[in-house]
Amino acid sequence: MSQQAVNGVPCRGKVLTVDNMNPNVKRVEYAVRGPIVQRAVQIEKELREGVKKPFTEVIKANIGDAHAMGQKPITFLRQVLALCSYPELMEDNKFPEDAKKRAQRILGACGGHSIGAYSASQGIECIRQDVARYIEKRDGGIPSNPDNIYLSTGASDAIVTMLKLLVCGEGRDRTGVMISIPQYPLYSAALADLGAVQISYYLDEEKCWSLDVAELRRALNAARQHCNPRVLCIINPGNPTGQVQSRQCIEDVIRFAKEEHLFLMADEVYQDNVYAEGCKFHSFKKVLFEMGPEYSSTVEMASFHSTSKCYMGECGFRGGYMEVINMDPEVKTQLTKLVSVRLCPPVPGQALLDLVVNPPQPDEPSYATFMKERTAVLSALAEKARLTEQIFNAVPGITCNPVQGAMYTFPRITLPQKAIDKAKEEGKVPDMYYCMRLLEEEGICLVPGSGFGQREGTFHFRLVWLPASLLPPVHIQTSKSFNLMRFYVTTLYCLNPDD
Amino acid sequence: MNHGTALLWKRRALSSLSATRRGLPKEKMTENGMMSRAKVLTIDTINPTVKKVEYAVRGPIVQRAVELERELSQGMKKPFAEVIKANIGDAHAMGQQPITFFRQVLALCSYPELLSDSTFPEDAKSRACRILQSCGGRSMGAYSASQGIHSVREDVARYIERRDGGVPCDPDDIYLTTGASDGIVTMLKLLVCGEGASRTGVMISIPQYPLYSAALAELGAVQINYYLNEEKCWSLDIPELQRALDEARQYCNPRALCIINPGNPTGQVQSRKCIEDVIRFAAKERLFLMADEVYQDNVYADGCQFHSFKKVLFEMGPEYSDTVELASFHSTSKCYMGECGFRGGYMEIINMDDEVKDQLIKLVSVRLCSPVPGQALMDLVVNPPQPGEPSYDNFIKERTATLSALAEKAKLTEQILNTVEGISCNPVQGAMYSFPRITIPEKAVKEATENGQEPDMFYCMKMLEETGICLVPGSGFGQKDGTYHFRMTILPPPDKLKILLDKVKEFHQRFTQQYS
Repeated sequence: MSQQAVNGVPCRGKVLTVDNMNPNVKRVEYAVRGPIVQRAVQIEKELREGVKKPFTEVIKANIGDAHAMGQKPITFLRQVLALCSYPELMEDNKFPEDAKKRAQRILGACGGHSIGAYSASQGIECIRQDVARYIEKRDGGIPSNPDNIYLSTGASDAIVTMLKLLVCGEGRDRTGVMISIPQYPLYSAALADLGAVQISYYLDEEKCWSLDVAELRRALNAARQHCNPRVLCIINPGNPTGQVQSRQCIEDVIRFAKEEHLFLMADEVYQDNVYAEGCKFHSFKKVLFEMGPEYSSTVEMASFHSTSKCYMGECGFRGGYMEVINMDPEVKTQLTKLVSVRLCPPVPGQALLDLVVNPPQPDEPSYATFMKERTAVLSALAEKARLTEQIFNAVPGITCNPVQGAMYTFPRITLPQKAIDKAKEEGKVPDMYYCMRLLEEEGICLVPGSGFGQREGTFHFRLVWLPASLLPPVHIQTSKSFNLMRFYVTTLYCLNPDD
Repeated sequence: MNHGTALLWKRRALSSLSATRRGLPKEKMTENGMMSRAKVLTIDTINPTVKKVEYAVRGPIVQRAVELERELSQGMKKPFAEVIKANIGDAHAMGQQPITFFRQVLALCSYPELLSDSTFPEDAKSRACRILQSCGGRSMGAYSASQGIHSVREDVARYIERRDGGVPCDPDDIYLTTGASDGIVTMLKLLVCGEGASRTGVMISIPQYPLYSAALAELGAVQINYYLNEEKCWSLDIPELQRALDEARQYCNPRALCIINPGNPTGQVQSRKCIEDVIRFAAKERLFLMADEVYQDNVYADGCQFHSFKKVLFEMGPEYSDTVELASFHSTSKCYMGECGFRGGYMEIINMDDEVKDQLIKLVSVRLCSPVPGQALMDLVVNPPQPGEPSYDNFIKERTATLSALAEKAKLTEQILNTVEGISCNPVQGAMYSFPRITIPEKAVKEATENGQEPDMFYCMKMLEETGICLVPGSGFGQKDGTYHFRMTILPPPDKLKILLDKVKEFHQRFTQQYS
């Protein structure tokens, strides 16, 4: 193919263009780091170059990145990681004995006693054993087999791997995967990339984003006409909505999955992030087993966890695992083979995960500090969750469901017709228009609800309420510099775009 | 018709669909007469491309090796005291020591309280501070930008410029990845499109590192094999590239050409002339070039030198450097670092279409970012201690020791294997492996075939069971029909390596005798 000649010399098109690249990749979207974030980064650059703005810094409230927003790492975890990185530090009496012991145990399980060696592709065996024990403790003694544990590069890696395994068929037999609306857009991105069919089921905003089996059934039956539904994904606690499902609901979902012969995927990365009174995390596995062998020996399930959230916030280490339940042995062999091609997940992340599932115990030297730090982080998160809900519900045009868990709020915003029309004029989805205005005028970066999915005609945004600068400590709440008040002003401004 | 009637018709229509059409599996009759349902996910209903994936480096022979290790640890008697995993390029697992400076900086980055510790040299501390400053909240626990930490990409670009004698490098063309494998798979994914006879074809060497064949199988792309010339020390031959390409054009749409230099498993280091010829070929035949250069510091043989594809491309002038689309890959896993577990790597993209670049950036954003410890490590690799800095002498000493040990082991391996009748080993010019050709007696070939095994798998399995040495059969990498090879790493310490090689020699002689 030759393009228009330039000064008489014909020039050829590139080998790789948008017209001949992988079409699935073109369908992929990931709003959490999408266009609005790219604009935010641009604005940061402009600020650095001295361009005058109505604000002095951009607050990136778009991504669940705790450390970036001022949360401190847990001391014990970092001490062990330092010891693993540079074992000469074992001689240093600055480090407590329990940290040294953990480091020695991890290094003893590494090739050549080094975290620089590849590990087994499924992950270091003693770490998988520790993960299994953690799961058993968490789930009141229900057995967990280390061979069912796969360490992964963050939970995202394992989720994509499972979806990949599950996708087959052509046309009307193509695999369909059920995911909530709103959802964490890794799911929609992975399904687009794999060319699978996304089956959306709506969470009930009026009932605090709860899951309704009747809605699951509706979505499933509709989908059966154009695809082969095989998987049901649940995020609990939810992202972006933060709802924590009741035990009853989880039982109902399991029952539904069994009836309709669906593979269950339970994304539980926020399992320690539960704040609201009366809410409690119930692991899908625990509920499954408490429902008895009719379910526990038949329902196929994968549960996912990560080192990125909870009280650790260690996103950069890319630590995670999945536990697979009732997987066909031949499929398991295929899974093991598939993960071997990428050799192994990052060993520092595996080491970190080991400490998360095997933290300091009451009789150990680091216990007191560990508990103090963990409690401080989780209670600060709980406080921010509560405050966020309170403040947003005081703004006209914003309705905010209780933030039961996770790290986000997903309030509904009322946009006047004028604003919607303006958005259309600019070729933007209305909530993207709103968020772009907020970014340009107040320097706050959020992700519009359209990036996660929402009912037609409704608008939302997802705000990560982690940033210290967004929510200063309680005692200066009433200060004029309270940034969230900027929302109040901006929202009013957006409600009246002519002003 | 009213809504209720429509609903009723719909329900009836649905229930009249066969169970399978409604997505429910057929009921199965089990042995004891009970009805049971098949699982949702079975070998018949998993992704068919996943079934086609093979990865010999961690395949069946390694699984058997792990089993044997377990049996040994449980006290079972074997003809050997330990299993030696010479199957994988894992330097630290084989006793190679990490570079002190790197680990010091990583410890400082993990636990910045150590910055006040006087046992750490100043240059390590200043590197750590620089890295932490570029991290959100000054923590390695924060996500980085999806393309990788900006200052690290700048350092990578400067490293490439230095390495390539000043040829400019734009940090925006650099992507930090989870090992080189991640970048390679991402690029291949971008390139795959089309159906049937227009399906993307990707050229890769035989023998090859089986990440490529695995990725192509998974992506459903067409693998186009070009044979390296064993008689000429595994060199690359343009007429052979042409032959492979012309043939492939009959059933697919060839769009990419992958080269591994220095080679894996073969270790050959391509000459500068060869690299020019390949570039010329790619330009003429409109192929996207993928240059896997993870072993760029592992060059041992006299007269051999690493020439980066990018450098050669630019030295060929704008007719090529403005047009040929190229991706080069590097990693922290090999060379003198051997830091496989950190999963550090990068790719540099040259002449990529801007719109495609946007798609690439979007694609990598879904997985958020590559591991930050690996990014930090890569920063140190491209920005090591300089003359005058406190850690310089020690750094150079350690680096030199590691690389010269590898050179010595490469030579030793070639030497010893060539003393064995029935084993013929090309010079190990670079990388970390030997890929000798073995003669397998007819009787053994017959027995292997009867067992449903590749003859060199049969050979390697026997070697494993009798000596505890785990290698990877040549069939896992590809080889000319009727020839057999194995890949063995050169990594164990010299005295252990010598014992290993002698054991291989003894085994080969025994095996040949047994099947004569």
